[in-house]
Amino acid sequence: MDQFTLNLLFVGASFALYIGIAIWARAGSTSEFYAAGRGVHPVTNGMATAADWMSAASFISMAGLIAFTGYDNSSFLMGWTGGYVLLALLLAPYLRKFGKFTVSEFIGDRFYSSTARMVAVICLLVASITYVIGQMQGVGIAFGRFLEIDAFWGLLIGSCVVFAYAVFGGMKGVTYTQVAQYCVLITAYTIPAVFISLQLTGNPIPALGLFGSTESGEPLLVKLNQIVTDLGFAEYTAAHGSTINMVLFTLSLMIGTAGLPHVIMRFFTVPRVSDARWSAGWTLVFIALLYLTAPAVGAMARLNISELMWPNGTSGEAVSVEQIESDPEYAWMATWQKTGLLGWEDKNGDGKIQYYNDANADLQAKAAENGWEGNELTNFNRDILVLANPEIASLPGWVIGLVAAGGLAAALSTAAGLLLAISSAVSHDLLKGQLTPNMSEKSELLAARISMAAAIVVAVLLGLNPPGFAAQTVALAFGLAAASIFPALMMGIFSTRINNAGAVAGMLAGLVVTLLYIFLHKGWFFIPDTNSFTDADPLLGPIKSTSFGAIGAAVNFTVAYIVSGMTKETPQEIKDLVESVRIPRGAGVAVEGH
Amino acid sequence: MSQTNDNNAYWSANVRLILISLAIWALVSFGFGIVLRPLLAGIAVGGTDLGFWFAQQGSIIVFLILIFFYAWRMNKLDREHGVEEE
Repeated sequence: MDQFTLNLLFVGASFALYIGIAIWARAGSTSEFYAAGRGVHPVTNGMATAADWMSAASFISMAGLIAFTGYDNSSFLMGWTGGYVLLALLLAPYLRKFGKFTVSEFIGDRFYSSTARMVAVICLLVASITYVIGQMQGVGIAFGRFLEIDAFWGLLIGSCVVFAYAVFGGMKGVTYTQVAQYCVLITAYTIPAVFISLQLTGNPIPALGLFGSTESGEPLLVKLNQIVTDLGFAEYTAAHGSTINMVLFTLSLMIGTAGLPHVIMRFFTVPRVSDARWSAGWTLVFIALLYLTAPAVGAMARLNISELMWPNGTSGEAVSVEQIESDPEYAWMATWQKTGLLGWEDKNGDGKIQYYNDANADLQAKAAENGWEGNELTNFNRDILVLANPEIASLPGWVIGLVAAGGLAAALSTAAGLLLAISSAVSHDLLKGQLTPNMSEKSELLAARISMAAAIVVAVLLGLNPPGFAAQTVALAFGLAAASIFPALMMGIFSTRINNAGAVAGMLAGLVVTLLYIFLHKGWFFIPDTNSFTDADPLLGPIKSTSFGAIGAAVNFTVAYIVSGMTKETPQEIKDLVESVRIPRGAGVAVEGH
Repeated sequence: MSQTNDNNAYWSANVRLILISLAIWALVSFGFGIVLRPLLAGIAVGGTDLGFWFAQQGSIIVFLILIFFYAWRMNKLDREHGVEEE
């Protein structure tokens, strides 16, 4: 059986499984559609949240970004896990006690203002849609690879699948489907990593293999540092970027994690307040299984690629074009070339492909000496690394099929969760909460589905010119959530001083300033060449657009405090509401709010 | 009135616990993983230094311990102050 059929088989089987579960657990009422009837155990909820959370960015993109940058991209690892500490300590138990369906309902009630609720909805929509763009990029790459077509067509086909999938589910279907998806994606991520770790270090646990030694007794990371510096790239384990930017970037990802609607929504679905606390812990357990493996995947793939391009060592001859075209070990390069995400070119016509950093002065001297005319591995999209990884390491065909299924599971589960958050914001908060309070359950469900379709169309249109690799696009979404939603939620629980005007002003200030900073660097609505600055030379010192969320959050907090100090005090009944949210006793079953 | 006082005591105990946990959270990630990494450069771990380990794995493990510790401690605190769910 050839690889194409094998991929199709794995992807098809996993889809059949998800669809089967979705049909079995189909949502009947609106409350089931949004919150799964609250009968979900913390461990189950944790597993589903982990699948929901670990998206194309974590599965497909993150290890690739770490592989090509090394230590400097550790921010993704710390940021996307550290946010759960904030969530567990500062938000989850209180929002569960409050007992409504959506994040904006909490903001609307706590800040006794329908304007605050509307502003929250807008913030949620902006962050979620940016997030969906990143997911669609991942979906496009995964579909492009396994159907062996251009990533653009992959994106279009993928978006249809995502839509069909999200529209029929609702939360209840999604919760159980996501448990299945978690199992698929974690297996798919771990198995190739175990094989590769065994090949390179003899240690079956990739997380330990990363700090282990290669056959020659030399530590893996020392060997990797040696090879990448030989080729003129930055040392893998060393810090190169600005410390301030790294701190702010990590902080933005953390705060953003705790401010994303589709993750917070999950903590409304546990039965009790104490379960909300445990649930955050279980979620992180399941996430950590992937996140502890990811840095090993990155480092080992970087080593494998470098060695494949220089089979005789970095001082020997580079790999020949002929070998790339005929040696089965290099077959992955031809398949990935079809997606347009990998490319090479024999610039100096010597029949070999020299892969090195042609911006490095030492290597330029070496190139002049050897007659090289620039780096010949001309295109290596970071997002393909994880999906290509088993092929790069020459693992068996079924592993490759499994990884394709896993990557799609990751992208689909998150895209579905986000679409659900978007549709509930539009139909539940915007339409039923504000514009047409008398709408029937049936038309609310219909509105929810239409808004899902609209969100996908917008995401695909904006995703045609993505502002970065999938994980970077997603990082922008986190910046937006960090600057707008998280501060409002936290102040709503921990301070009785912040009033309606303060919260609205804070959210708007945080959102606008962050969105502005992103557009100035990434182009207006991500349209190429409309940017005034680049992340290589940002407007404010070393602060890149992906790191700005933390500053946006600080602006939000500051504005909210100043404006609250100047306007009328919070009424007593709201102070009582805050008091009651802080105490677990009396947490009933959550009710639908209007 | 005594219930209010007890609720206040419960809340300040909670806030204290949160502050301690967040101090550890920041120390392992922003501290050991980024800003204080040069100070840990002398401690070798598998071909690199301890700061690299904290940045890529150590902080995640500490985060996990923190969340479970907090959940356990708070559930105990709920009962001590009589505010647990019935």
